Amino acid sequence: MNAETNIFAGLDMARLDKRRRRINRIMLSLTAVATLFAVIPLFWITIYVIIKGGSYLNLDLFIHLPQAMGTEGGGVLHAIEGSAVMVLFASIFAIPPALLAAFYLLHHPNTPLANFLRFSTDLLSGIPSIVVGLFGYAVIVIVQKHYSALAGSVVLAIIMLPVILRSAEEMLKLVPQELREGALALGSPEWKSALTVVLPAAAEGVVTGIMLGIARAAGETAPLIFTALGNDNYEIFQYIRQTIQYRQGVGEAFKLILEQPTDALPLTLWKYAQQPYPERVQQAWAVALVLMLFVLSLNIAARLWLAKRRRQRYG
Amino acid sequence: MPVSESLPPHKAQKRTPPALWVALRHGDALWDALLWLSAALTTVLVFWIGWKLWVDSALSRAATGWDFVSPWAPPSWNPVLDKFHAWPAIYGSLVTSLIALLVATPFSIAVAIFLAELAPSRIRQILNYMVEMLAAVPSVVYGLWGIYVFLPLVVVPLGKFLGATLGQVPGLDVFFGGTIPDSGLSRLGASLILVLMITPTIAAVTRDVFQAIPQSQREASLALGATQWETTWRVLIPYGLSGILGAVILGLGRAIGETMAVTMVIGNTTGGGWSILRPGYTMASIIANEFAEAVSGMHTAALVEIGVVLFVITFLLNLFSRYLVWRVNRKVIVR
Repeated sequence: MNAETNIFAGLDMARLDKRRRRINRIMLSLTAVATLFAVIPLFWITIYVIIKGGSYLNLDLFIHLPQAMGTEGGGVLHAIEGSAVMVLFASIFAIPPALLAAFYLLHHPNTPLANFLRFSTDLLSGIPSIVVGLFGYAVIVIVQKHYSALAGSVVLAIIMLPVILRSAEEMLKLVPQELREGALALGSPEWKSALTVVLPAAAEGVVTGIMLGIARAAGETAPLIFTALGNDNYEIFQYIRQTIQYRQGVGEAFKLILEQPTDALPLTLWKYAQQPYPERVQQAWAVALVLMLFVLSLNIAARLWLAKRRRQRYG
Repeated sequence: MPVSESLPPHKAQKRTPPALWVALRHGDALWDALLWLSAALTTVLVFWIGWKLWVDSALSRAATGWDFVSPWAPPSWNPVLDKFHAWPAIYGSLVTSLIALLVATPFSIAVAIFLAELAPSRIRQILNYMVEMLAAVPSVVYGLWGIYVFLPLVVVPLGKFLGATLGQVPGLDVFFGGTIPDSGLSRLGASLILVLMITPTIAAVTRDVFQAIPQSQREASLALGATQWETTWRVLIPYGLSGILGAVILGLGRAIGETMAVTMVIGNTTGGGWSILRPGYTMASIIANEFAEAVSGMHTAALVEIGVVLFVITFLLNLFSRYLVWRVNRKVIVR
């Protein structure tokens, strides 16, 4: 090789190499710094909410209805009960269709309907929750002519549905095919093998998906603004006492619980945060703490559980 | 049936199920129908939502036509005169989301590179959890924290700085003109809150894209003498580009649809001109803020029509991003 054809002639390889290594080090450390910056908000928000919310947290918050505006004390019992009722009924509305649709995907993985279902579930999970709220308003509030916990539950159910469906599909797929075949070979019909063999085998994973769905629904505010609206006097135990006292049926109690405007924790937080009364803002911080603890612990539990299960399965 | 003949009569009877039950294949016909019905209803739901909103916005669509979404129509949002043009809200959504995306994208890609390529497995696991947690914090909590901590501590100083520097440059003063309110309620505040909220989303999807790239690509590049950064920059990013683009578009969809945190920090006014330092509205926040108190049928229909616009935009963005991510996954499987 003579000097003319040497393409490296005139280049100081050692220096070039050093430069490349330096760039490598700088850029890689930058990604670490970026990661650090990305997790700062989590710590900042969590610690701030814990300190601020913790200092205003008290027992009254959990056992009293709100006081009149501008007065001290009172609690957010109405919102806690409202959240519980709406999330409960949302789960009741969302879980059966989600699981059945997941079984459809399991049994018919490649039909046109199955592909279309996966596709539209993805789209559904991408629709902004406020738009789902508009839908709930149009379909239930307009028809019934009043805001209600029922409308709130339906809207939350629509939001939970894709979460539960996708995770249930994944979990059902993990159950070995032999289990189902074994049940069928013993003479069990398909539905019995699905409900008594396949579903229990996937139960942990399915429950995890449901927990994620509940966590998602419990933190939603936007769709509840004009479906549940809010109600400072919502107290289900009082409704139950009342129906017992007047000897009304169970239907009447359900009607009281489901058929009137209802508050929820995130909804209350949103309203209180913008009020000029300092005690309301303080309660907003306490509510934020309760809400965040609930949502995050549900999430952490679900994911830890899932990770453990995956490790068991794949060694 | 010879077996049942040898059994006592009551047991033999038990063995023959009713004819109807047999016709239903021991319940499996019902079960199949139930599965199909659930699948079909779930499939239809998203289209039902779109169709219902379209129908309910008829009043406003008939009155305003395409002017509703046009930037050139007079930007009036007037419940008294029943004249509604959505451009200020659309502009608010676009500008806040695009700024959020501009800031969040490089950031998220860096995070994804660190998570997928560099972090030791123990740290990676903890960080993965943290990224997921960030995505799980309810948006009202972001909003509350935004109003009382983030706006005064970060947004107001930054807004003052931008106003004093870029706001003085001719041409740019359209976007950075005016002074930021002392409360910090502004489009800038909304953009920055969105950055915090979409970074985990984009980072998580991009990380998955990186992890789906075959190991052989990295090994080949490293064997040729490339450094790890060169491998990432010249091999992995081009390889996963369409997946990364999909992640970014998914983030854009999130940003446009995000409601509560934005509603709490953007100031909620239809004015504000073009400047990002002034308060404004986004499509989602105008619905959240006005719908429950809408005064007339036209007002309600106009807000529902904004919902239609929002629906269509997020629908298309999701479609596009799923397509891109799907393409990367297919590429990985085929090779």
